[in-house]
Amino acid sequence: MAMPGTLDSANLNGGQKLAVKYFSVAVALFGAQIVFGLLAGLQYLNPDFLYGVLDFSVNRMVHINAMIVWLLFGFIGSSYWLLEDEAGIPVVGLKLGNLIFWVFTLAVAVVVVVYLLVQVGPGDQSSIWLINEGREYIEAPRWADIGIVVCVLVFFFNVAATFAKGRYTGIGGVLTLDLIALFGIYLAGMFYTPNISVDQYWWWWVIHLWVEATWEVLVGCLMAYGLMQTLGVRRKIVETWLYIEVALMFGSGILGLGHHYFWIGTPEYWFTIGGFFSALEPIPLVAMVVHSVFDSGTHNMKNNNHPALAWIIAHAFGNFFGAGVWGFMHTLPQINLYTHGTQWSASHGHFAFFGAYATLVIAFFYLALQKWRGNVWMSGGLAGAWKWKWALGLLNLGMIGMVMAMLVSGYEQSQIERAIEGSSWVGYFVAQAHPWFAQGMWWRQVFGWMFAAGFVLLVWDLLTLGRSERRPAQVHSEPGVH
Amino acid sequence: MSQLQWWASESFWRKTAIWVTAGSFVVLIVLTLDSMSAITAGGTRVPAYSVINHRIDYVFDEKRNFQVPVIGVEEPLFGKTLTEAEAKALVSRGKLTTQAKNCMNCHTLLGNGAYYAPDLTKSWLDPSWGSKEVREQQMVDFLMNPQDRLHNGLGRRMPNLGITGDEARATVAFLKWMASIDTNGFPANFTPIDQSDPPPAEAPADSGSPTQQQGG
Repeated sequence: MAMPGTLDSANLNGGQKLAVKYFSVAVALFGAQIVFGLLAGLQYLNPDFLYGVLDFSVNRMVHINAMIVWLLFGFIGSSYWLLEDEAGIPVVGLKLGNLIFWVFTLAVAVVVVVYLLVQVGPGDQSSIWLINEGREYIEAPRWADIGIVVCVLVFFFNVAATFAKGRYTGIGGVLTLDLIALFGIYLAGMFYTPNISVDQYWWWWVIHLWVEATWEVLVGCLMAYGLMQTLGVRRKIVETWLYIEVALMFGSGILGLGHHYFWIGTPEYWFTIGGFFSALEPIPLVAMVVHSVFDSGTHNMKNNNHPALAWIIAHAFGNFFGAGVWGFMHTLPQINLYTHGTQWSASHGHFAFFGAYATLVIAFFYLALQKWRGNVWMSGGLAGAWKWKWALGLLNLGMIGMVMAMLVSGYEQSQIERAIEGSSWVGYFVAQAHPWFAQGMWWRQVFGWMFAAGFVLLVWDLLTLGRSERRPAQVHSEPGVH
Repeated sequence: MSQLQWWASESFWRKTAIWVTAGSFVVLIVLTLDSMSAITAGGTRVPAYSVINHRIDYVFDEKRNFQVPVIGVEEPLFGKTLTEAEAKALVSRGKLTTQAKNCMNCHTLLGNGAYYAPDLTKSWLDPSWGSKEVREQQMVDFLMNPQDRLHNGLGRRMPNLGITGDEARATVAFLKWMASIDTNGFPANFTPIDQSDPPPAEAPADSGSPTQQQGG
């Protein structure tokens, strides 16, 4: 084995070699997400910018699709990362897994090229099969849907077969069952109907039951593993917490789906069910904050990977505030009537996807980097540590700034466009032209650039951190009191 | 280590997780079956596609305390009464057009989508189309050539998406049908276009805002 600090694939097991491929594509797509987000943001400030070339709809579609795919790549990579550690044996069917990685990546590239060059098609089935499906977040054309299903089936086979042949830990069991649900739900979005109420009903099964249920449980698994790795928390503790989180998450999140069924034509009983259960959704997120902070305190913050643990803590708080608090703020129908489909939603969406998901995938990038460099020292006194700290700061402050700016615009929009003007065309533009709205869009752009700077620093850091370090990673001391 | 309490044990929480998840899912399935029957076209909440043969209004309902769609007198779209099958085919073509042209990544439909352009839930009833006599043609013309029409003072314009005449008419049918869905009063406080019958004077053709902006 090479000296610590040297990047060498021999330091990784088979699953981890595949994981870092997924991570590399994830980072590239994260960059694409930011670029197209900045372009779309600029169009709010100057509507003629790229008009007729890359219209807002195209930029926005690539912005949100790049996000979904980079997070999925991050999750798949993270699962491969922990697979051999957890199951205790090499990944079953790894060759097929490797092949599928290339197929998946190629398919994503083709979809994006078509988005950018073809953009729209005639109003018939050929467009939704070949160009784009025109449904937010799951725009990928139907051929790609089928491809995605095949790819994830292979991924699922790798995971399930490896655990089955090796051993099922608590994390392994929850992860396997969660993946069945996660990918099963995707099928609910793969059909066409002229009825937009039915369309959106099932569309929310995919979107909500992903981001407010199965993805949350998946990051619960990743966090459990991450805390064991960085802090040396005992398995029994993290797995008990994991079950508590699953119970609370699915107990609130599955019927919390009802908060998307207030205004799409569905019956009035969803007011009560959606309002009640979605109001409970922050509770498991509080549990995750308590869990991570308590474990860190119990171990006196002694950990072997400072950047990874910092991002895990950022995840715990980001998930709670972004998904929990920001969601709760407008989840009850009495307020949602005025906020649904305004910049409130954008504010919540940005904060939640970043806080709950981007943060934890970044934590796994750092776990991977450490081992890839021969389990190098990543604790105190790390050479060049300013980069990861500044990247962490710029990304988080940039995001919080964007979120706050959009929230101000959202307040103004729900009051003037919705409450006063009643959502008419004129009311919409009266609100969009208001200085309070416009200022929000300006500040969002400023903080967007800050976020982008943080991303550049993050990439630079991922390429260099630990390179000049020769000490091996800190060994976990025996946990104190727990 | 002190003796483990039942509420802190791994197996208790594992079982709880399984039962809570299974229970929630069963409830969701039951509610989904009920909701599906309500929102199928022709159900209690979503009218059949041939509703586009009628006037559709959005009126305050005292009992429910919010605005609800009201299906009125026969008022065929583009002057042609359609059978249910023809209406479904037309609305479907319109829905496909909204998907193929990626409308949802600028507009919201039923409040879902992007926030760069106005919500389309009640666009059929929007006062900006002028009067009900010219509305259908206005909508078709706009969809086919939006790029050089006045939208707003911001300079934000819908791009030309190559929408054909047939696609534009189908899209208008889809939008008219969507306006008939019972959305529990969303959007609130919406003032629909005047659709009353002409009798005495001619309908006003002003396209101003329904209410003036309050304060500043």
